[in-house]
Amino acid sequence: MAGQHRKAQAHDELAPVVLKIAGITKRFGALTANENVSLTLHQGDVVALLGENGAGKTTLMNILFGHYVADEGEILVAGAAGALEHLPPGSPQAALDAGIGMVHQHFTLAENLTGFENILLGVEPIFGLARGRSAARAKIEKIVTDSGLAVDLDTPVSSLTVGEKQRVEILKALFRDARILVLDEPTAVLTPQESEGLFQVVEKLAAAGLTVIFISHKLHEVLAASHRIAVLRGGVLVGELTTADADRGKIAELMVGREVPASQRSPMSPGAAVLKLDEVKVSGSDARRTLHAVSMVVHEREVVGIAGVAGNGQSALASLISGLVEPEAGRVEFCGDAVTTFSPRTFMSAGIGRIPEDRHHDGVVGAMTVAENLAIETLKDARFSQNGFLRFNGFQSHALEAIEAFDIRCSGPDAPTRLLSGGNMQKLILARVLENAPKLILANQPTRGLDVGAQTEVHKRLLAARERDAAVILISEDLDELFTLTDRIYVMHAGNLDDAGPTDALDRAAVGLMMAGHSAEATAS
Amino acid sequence: MEFLEIFLSANFWAAAIRIATPLIFGTLGALICERAGVLNLGIEGIFTAGAMAGWMAVWLGAGLFGGILVAALVGAMIGLIHAILTVPLGLSQHVSGIGVTMLATSAAYFTYRTALPDVTSPPRIEPFQPLNMPLLSDLPFLGPALFQHTVMTYIAIALVFLVAWVMARTPLGLAIRAVGDNPSSVDSQGLSVYGLRIGAVMAGSALMAIGGAFLTMAAFDAFFFGMVNGRGWICIALTVFASWRPKKALLGALLFGAFEAYQVRLQTEVGAVVPGEIFLMAPYVLSIIALVIAARGADYPRALLTPWFKGQR
Repeated sequence: MAGQHRKAQAHDELAPVVLKIAGITKRFGALTANENVSLTLHQGDVVALLGENGAGKTTLMNILFGHYVADEGEILVAGAAGALEHLPPGSPQAALDAGIGMVHQHFTLAENLTGFENILLGVEPIFGLARGRSAARAKIEKIVTDSGLAVDLDTPVSSLTVGEKQRVEILKALFRDARILVLDEPTAVLTPQESEGLFQVVEKLAAAGLTVIFISHKLHEVLAASHRIAVLRGGVLVGELTTADADRGKIAELMVGREVPASQRSPMSPGAAVLKLDEVKVSGSDARRTLHAVSMVVHEREVVGIAGVAGNGQSALASLISGLVEPEAGRVEFCGDAVTTFSPRTFMSAGIGRIPEDRHHDGVVGAMTVAENLAIETLKDARFSQNGFLRFNGFQSHALEAIEAFDIRCSGPDAPTRLLSGGNMQKLILARVLENAPKLILANQPTRGLDVGAQTEVHKRLLAARERDAAVILISEDLDELFTLTDRIYVMHAGNLDDAGPTDALDRAAVGLMMAGHSAEATAS
Repeated sequence: MEFLEIFLSANFWAAAIRIATPLIFGTLGALICERAGVLNLGIEGIFTAGAMAGWMAVWLGAGLFGGILVAALVGAMIGLIHAILTVPLGLSQHVSGIGVTMLATSAAYFTYRTALPDVTSPPRIEPFQPLNMPLLSDLPFLGPALFQHTVMTYIAIALVFLVAWVMARTPLGLAIRAVGDNPSSVDSQGLSVYGLRIGAVMAGSALMAIGGAFLTMAAFDAFFFGMVNGRGWICIALTVFASWRPKKALLGALLFGAFEAYQVRLQTEVGAVVPGEIFLMAPYVLSIIALVIAARGADYPRALLTPWFKGQR
């Protein structure tokens, strides 16, 4: 990989400039989203635009694509002849015509159409007949062969996986002869395997002359997949470096603006078993919701990791531990007693706190205020209700405390929760969970989609809970996170749970193999 | 065995198709609007306005096809009101639709009363006559059942196949289906979300108005108050029954027409023992049952009822 990069950079120096962003400033009222940002891109470049949430990455790309108009500065794009031309601001159509294709974080696909139909949309004259489809088909198939973006183009998009949908989005841009491809947080929704596949495609496209900008806040993928890194912080371009010269600590510091201490787990001796599963079976409607006779144990003062690619039964396990589903067979013990009633309420009052996987849908009620969401799990508490009436003063004072203690950035207790950023929403959920001093915390993908600062905060809180005698179950796809935080790891594959043993004795390759279902080979090696 | 003998009369089948005709127009119209993501509850009022406008145009001397054209234009204009309220302004499609129904119904009655303040019995026009097709119309049983309808029935059936073809096979149909599923998909490819949605609502509303015009220009020969009598609402249900597919909409309309024709005949057979209201209710009860069965797997256009604003994802 490194060799490839060096070759690509040598190529860059000779390659013509295709895009020049010159002195872009964009203000929204008092907020300056971009300040005098300049960036030059060469043909075949793969540039990572790195920054925390709110650093101005997406704003910059939206200016490039014509969704916003910059207050100052201009954008120059190489025309067909190679000379740089001024790009008319504020026109997505002009951006499309200039060969800029953008793949948004939230896909813009019609799910009831096939991939092929989505690509054709807007390309054919709207009031004409469907002529020239076989020529279009041939063109797409050539692009697919050249790029390796294999996807079934004739099934409705709704039945494609997230990774396949993304491929259709990229094909849409390439079909329109994009020369500059912008990917907004392309891996936010992908599994590690899909991300790797995506970056292989990106490398291949770049080698063929496409210029790629991808927005990211994940250090490891930026290091693995880009040629150059541009770091934005608070709207300002604070650094531009070649990936080969960059190291993790340096770019993390650039991005956050201060040194990022890696979370460190102090050695502790685990106590009594808090949760014990013995040959527990859950049969769900599909493979994602099925568990085949899983056994595990979690002790006090212990973080146990559940590694695995999403969709291998983690949601079934999470539902089981939250009391949402009842096992078909097997025994569940909590603090030494067999559990017989499976309901979220009894689980919560027994001392199980959960951080759900989808914080928007399952974690908070977006339309309700921060104060209401903080109190929602403990409404019966005397602070919040009396004789069946809610006490709003209690809500307020409680919320103010939590906002202070957990550094939840919002306009106040009455802010609608849906307006919070992902990181602050997660802090809200943490505040609610930790307040009740749970004996067991179930954290399901707690840092997915969060920036480095918020991630560190979540890690710190989970480790603090462990020091306070709690048991923590951490379900994650991120091996970095698992290796930093956990004491022991189980690996989930196709509804089975394999005990990988203490984290300190494990190596990543073995866990990777187990995640792919090769448990025998991993143990043998 | 008089229950079954009804099915053997050509007259019953002819009635079923006749009753189905306005429903075919209306359901196709509702289907086009909803495929583009806009529920059009203005349909009941648009039926009334179409019935009134078409009839009045003919009464004023426009000719029958001129009447259809006038009805379609009036429908499209009322559709435009609904479209402006719900598409660029993004208001609630339910509230706007019901408002449009009340507005269009009242406007139709008002126009009728203002034009004809003194009449007691509604003036009659010369409506569309049943076609007399050589050979086909003279076939035993099939002739009277299938080949002695007015031209509007055959237009309705031809439109089913035309709309099905446009939706499935043309770039326009592709764009309409896309805009009703995820408007951003259309926007990101450089097409106008508002243009497509407004156009679809106007076209759909024009078809609804033609469905109304069938009542005054083919089924009857005059305009009465309350003559639409819930047919628009039935079309909304038939659209779900049909899963937004034109050919299934035809089937659903025929099924409802058959229920309706059957209950009228059953009423005369056994009406002495069973209260008539039971029979009046029967087609609707059967429709609900059919809907419950058919709608379970219904694949709603995903962006139905959802307004879209540029720059908001």
